[in-house]
Amino acid sequence: MIQFSLWDIVRNLALAARWTIALSLAAFVLGSTLGLAILFARTSRPLWLRRAASAHIELFQGTPLLMQLFLSFFGLSLFGIETSAWSAAVVALTLWTSAFLAEIWRGCVEGIPKEQWDASASLAMSYLQQMRHVMLPQALRIAIPPTVGFAVQVIKGTALASIIGFVELSKASTMITNASFNPFTVYGMAALIYFALCLPLSTFSRYLERRLRVTHRH
Amino acid sequence: MQKRLGAIEVLKGLNLDVAPGEVLAIIGRSGAGKSTLLRCINGLETIDGGSVTIDGAVLGGHELDLRSLRLQVGMVFQHLNLFPHLTAGSNVMLAPMVVKRTPEPEARALARAMLEKVGLADRFGAYPEQLSGGEQQRVAIARALAMRPKALLCDEITSALDPELVQEVLGVVRRLAAEGMTLLIVTHEMRFAREVCDRVVFMHQGMVWEAGPPDEVFSNPKTAELRQFLRVLP
Repeated sequence: MIQFSLWDIVRNLALAARWTIALSLAAFVLGSTLGLAILFARTSRPLWLRRAASAHIELFQGTPLLMQLFLSFFGLSLFGIETSAWSAAVVALTLWTSAFLAEIWRGCVEGIPKEQWDASASLAMSYLQQMRHVMLPQALRIAIPPTVGFAVQVIKGTALASIIGFVELSKASTMITNASFNPFTVYGMAALIYFALCLPLSTFSRYLERRLRVTHRH
Repeated sequence: MQKRLGAIEVLKGLNLDVAPGEVLAIIGRSGAGKSTLLRCINGLETIDGGSVTIDGAVLGGHELDLRSLRLQVGMVFQHLNLFPHLTAGSNVMLAPMVVKRTPEPEARALARAMLEKVGLADRFGAYPEQLSGGEQQRVAIARALAMRPKALLCDEITSALDPELVQEVLGVVRRLAAEGMTLLIVTHEMRFAREVCDRVVFMHQGMVWEAGPPDEVFSNPKTAELRQFLRVLP
């Protein structure tokens, strides 16, 4: 049996944490892009587009992320598509993130007074022009704190990808525990690493929220 | 023109002709359909029957039609609704730039000219929250004028203002009327309607109940409803 020193544990966990970060980044970047598209669909005029967007949101908010990961991992292979744990995790987390962000942002856009739609429409602006030049610049300010806050949820959500065999921080913890028989130290360290990743984000989110309240609206 | 909101018929077979350069006051009780009429003319509401005709071009209820309608008709609202994230100047520049693709220097010059027209040339860089309500409404007028509309619709534009700010906004409208702008003004300022407008339209139950030159309408109302309406005014 190999002896695991504390340094070995920390080093291996830190290496695995890179994958947690990579997965979080991929899910957040792709999820925001898709989420923005869904936001546009959700607030647009055609009824079918709005329905489709809200169906997407309901579906991914209303089912456990764990099930989404399973379905993404096993479901895609049912159709003959070979999936790695990485791509299945990215797909599931992207869809999940997009649903939540679209809903958060919808609240922000709907928080803008209806008169702003009238004013911009009366100037013959199209829906996309209204969104781009009038709604989103105003919504952005309200949206940043909850969006950064949600990034914390994404990081913690990546832990579930361990269940489909993706080796990130949580999966690595389990593996090291099995080899070292030192669960408390290993999981304690892993928790500390998660905390170190999330704390700056939630602090930043609170800071933005405070700043938003005290500064001018522009 | 007809307009329904759910089961309620807001405008019932309403027919209205406005000549170029004419200044029209639309008066009536709240709920008479005055605002709805303006919103239909501007294409903010779809119409359920009839049409809006501008310079011979008939516009129905399609989305593209609605936008071309808005290109020709400007509107100023009761609520203060400048874009709060943009300066007064940028508020005026935005639509010419994104809708008409006017190059920036040109749009900037246009915005300066329009702000000067409403007496706010020196407030180009001010944000809406730094402006008084009256100034905000004047910027809103400049913003609508920058699109070079054929007619300007004013929907109770002084109703949200403190009394001392009303006159500066009406003064701007007065100047526009003198310059020959076609104006449709929904207002509760009867003295203003009497002094500035060529014709007064009294709306009641979604119809043009009575219309005519201001002197006639105010001094010699023909219908009982208009007499009643004028009697309860301060």
